[in-house]
Amino acid sequence: MSYEPVIGLEIHVQLATRTKMFCGCALTFGEPPNTRTCPVCLGLPGALPVANAAAIHFGLMIGEALGCRLAPRSIFHRKNYFYPDLPKGYQISQYDEPLCLGGQLGDVRIHRVHLEEDAAKLVHASSSGRIHESRASVVDFNRGGTPLAEMVSEPDLRSAEQAREWLTLRCAVTPTSRCAARAPPSWAPRPS
Amino acid sequence: MSAPTDLTAAQAVDALGRGELSAGELFAAYRERAAADDLNAFAWVADETPARGAVEGPLRGVPIAVKDLFCTEGVPSQAGSRILEGYRPPYTATAVERLLGAGATLLAKTNQDEFAMGSSNENCAFGPVLNPWSRECVPGGSSGGSAAAVAAGLAPWAIGTDTGGSNRQPAALCGIVGLKPTYGAVSRYGMIAFASSLDQAGPLTRDVTDAALLLRHMVGRDPCDSTSLAFPEEIATPTAERLDGIRLGVPEELSGEAEGIEPGVQEAFERTLRTAEELGATVETTRLRHAEHGLSAYYVLAPAEASSNLARYDGVRYGLRAGKANDLVSLYTRTRHEGFGPEVKRRIMLGTFALSSGYYDAYYARAQKVRTKIAQDFATAFERFDFIVTPTAPTVAFGLGTKVADPLAMYLNDYCTVPMSLAGLPAISIPNGLAVPPQGGQVGLPTGFQIAGPAFSENAILDAAHALEGAIGFDAGGGRA
Amino acid sequence: MIDREQVLHVARLARLELDDQEVARMVGELSDVLDHIERIGELDLEGVAPTSHVVEVANALRQDEPRASLPPEVALGAAPEVEAQGFSVPSPQA
Repeated sequence: MSYEPVIGLEIHVQLATRTKMFCGCALTFGEPPNTRTCPVCLGLPGALPVANAAAIHFGLMIGEALGCRLAPRSIFHRKNYFYPDLPKGYQISQYDEPLCLGGQLGDVRIHRVHLEEDAAKLVHASSSGRIHESRASVVDFNRGGTPLAEMVSEPDLRSAEQAREWLTLRCAVTPTSRCAARAPPSWAPRPS
Repeated sequence: MSAPTDLTAAQAVDALGRGELSAGELFAAYRERAAADDLNAFAWVADETPARGAVEGPLRGVPIAVKDLFCTEGVPSQAGSRILEGYRPPYTATAVERLLGAGATLLAKTNQDEFAMGSSNENCAFGPVLNPWSRECVPGGSSGGSAAAVAAGLAPWAIGTDTGGSNRQPAALCGIVGLKPTYGAVSRYGMIAFASSLDQAGPLTRDVTDAALLLRHMVGRDPCDSTSLAFPEEIATPTAERLDGIRLGVPEELSGEAEGIEPGVQEAFERTLRTAEELGATVETTRLRHAEHGLSAYYVLAPAEASSNLARYDGVRYGLRAGKANDLVSLYTRTRHEGFGPEVKRRIMLGTFALSSGYYDAYYARAQKVRTKIAQDFATAFERFDFIVTPTAPTVAFGLGTKVADPLAMYLNDYCTVPMSLAGLPAISIPNGLAVPPQGGQVGLPTGFQIAGPAFSENAILDAAHALEGAIGFDAGGGRA
Repeated sequence: MIDREQVLHVARLARLELDDQEVARMVGELSDVLDHIERIGELDLEGVAPTSHVVEVANALRQDEPRASLPPEVALGAAPEVEAQGFSVPSPQA
């Protein structure tokens, strides 16, 4: 018996906004831990999220570039689970009314594109440096709340090699974004 | 001149403006009273000089008591919970910030039911609050500390929050005025969340004029709260003395002894309806067909939202952390076991259940549809009526400990206030008399009259309440003794 | 109605440790409340749209302009346990 691999990809595209998805903390890299936080991205009692207009704009541009149907109405939902890198006990994401639906990139159909916030960074500390031996971890919330566009493809890829090629050559969304695949920039939309 | 603490807040503002009274003198007088509080109304009282607030601005330094649910920078903000014991937030809630910006000074933080879950203030990690009319009785909840403080004259006025009746019901039980504004009128930023789609901050005051003055400085769009709205007009000082041409609708579902309203409360309600007619109003019975299901929908939706909102109390970034947790799951489960009281646990369980796989459609999705029907019922009623009126609470203040063992009986206290919350509508409770509870008692205890209107009809509601208040002539002295 | 197994399952989902007494009480109390709530099952709600929120506010967005963050000592100020300028937790692998 032989099996055929059927591959669909879920790609997290980091949007190149100046601030986080739901608060005004600046997105910069390599800062000392917990220097880019506020009541909203720390999940302090009473804090409320306000969506970043630029992130939504970038999300719509990605949808347009992929030939998606842009939703006339789109809302955020809470995805509830407990983890120390998730300060509110839920991730603000999109569920049944995503920003973009359908679309195509090369030979691969796109299922949807939605926006969400990234988790914080968990640093595992141990003398040996091995994760499974570490007793304690520390959480750095600088990255927590970074805007992400999650692109979900249909299961149209048939080999790992094909998936890799599609991802690196075709899925080149930047520099609206910093693609998880670190693809070279192919188009550069400007916010209007 | 009478003692400065005898003045209503609006009177104090005037006296300060005329220079008959200094802000420091007024603050000191209230601080002294607050520090001697024997009702357990306060979770924190300011030092000799106000920690925050300036005497500049339209409120001229009049002190205010603030429910513990509001974040106040550098000042304990504990939501009545052990899980936030001693927590001092790094920022201040918008509603409080606005009041301080308008010249209010922060006098005290008031005790409350934990995370605003309760109708008696017995679910407070820092002990129950006592009703100043009768210390064997509860003050109502969840804003019971705010209501008791205002009724007893320990503060000129206070703010609270109302999710299913938490301003109106304690106001009724303590013989003061409590208002829940239109959902979105007052920013929720910095107000520790219970049920986000229902929570709304509002005033608790000695009279209707004070409620209007306080609300004026609370409302407005806040860029930090996506659901806040610009109030379409300024909140005016109410002046009406008549109710000519005003049409009042009395919903069958929310009044009458058949619906569990105590006879004394129903009697006071009917007396107020006659007063309204004497002032020129017409009174007719009507139907709010789904209102009787409001409580059921509320006790699905509010706990569901709460179960999500309270997930952040995990012992990682602030608040209590249980000791001796060697792994992540026990850090969470033990912290939450030790930090939350029985009612909060009950609601988290109820909400988690209602949202869990296999039950979502039967509970949460259905409750959201009931909510739609209730809002439609109100919209239909407001085609014929200016206001819907009901008794605020089905009972007068009940004895401490009498309902703790029966959560459902406790929840039924919100029966008349929950429908307006679900529909996001503004509603006020004004004191309209005294009644002896059915089981008897030495003294009459306050009853409340609820007036609800369409969204953003606060000015009209305040005017009607002002006219009734004048005609009722409620004597609040029993709470000040 | 809700039984003991369901109560334990929901408590696990909610990350709540309940002692035996609490579990027993929860079974009774939640069953009472759920019995009351289940009356909404009798209503005809065919075709009724759900209301998650009473105000329809569209596009309440924020411009992409940075605002000051909290100083780290303030961000970490209320933390029960701090290590290396981070919030210390038991390792998820522990």
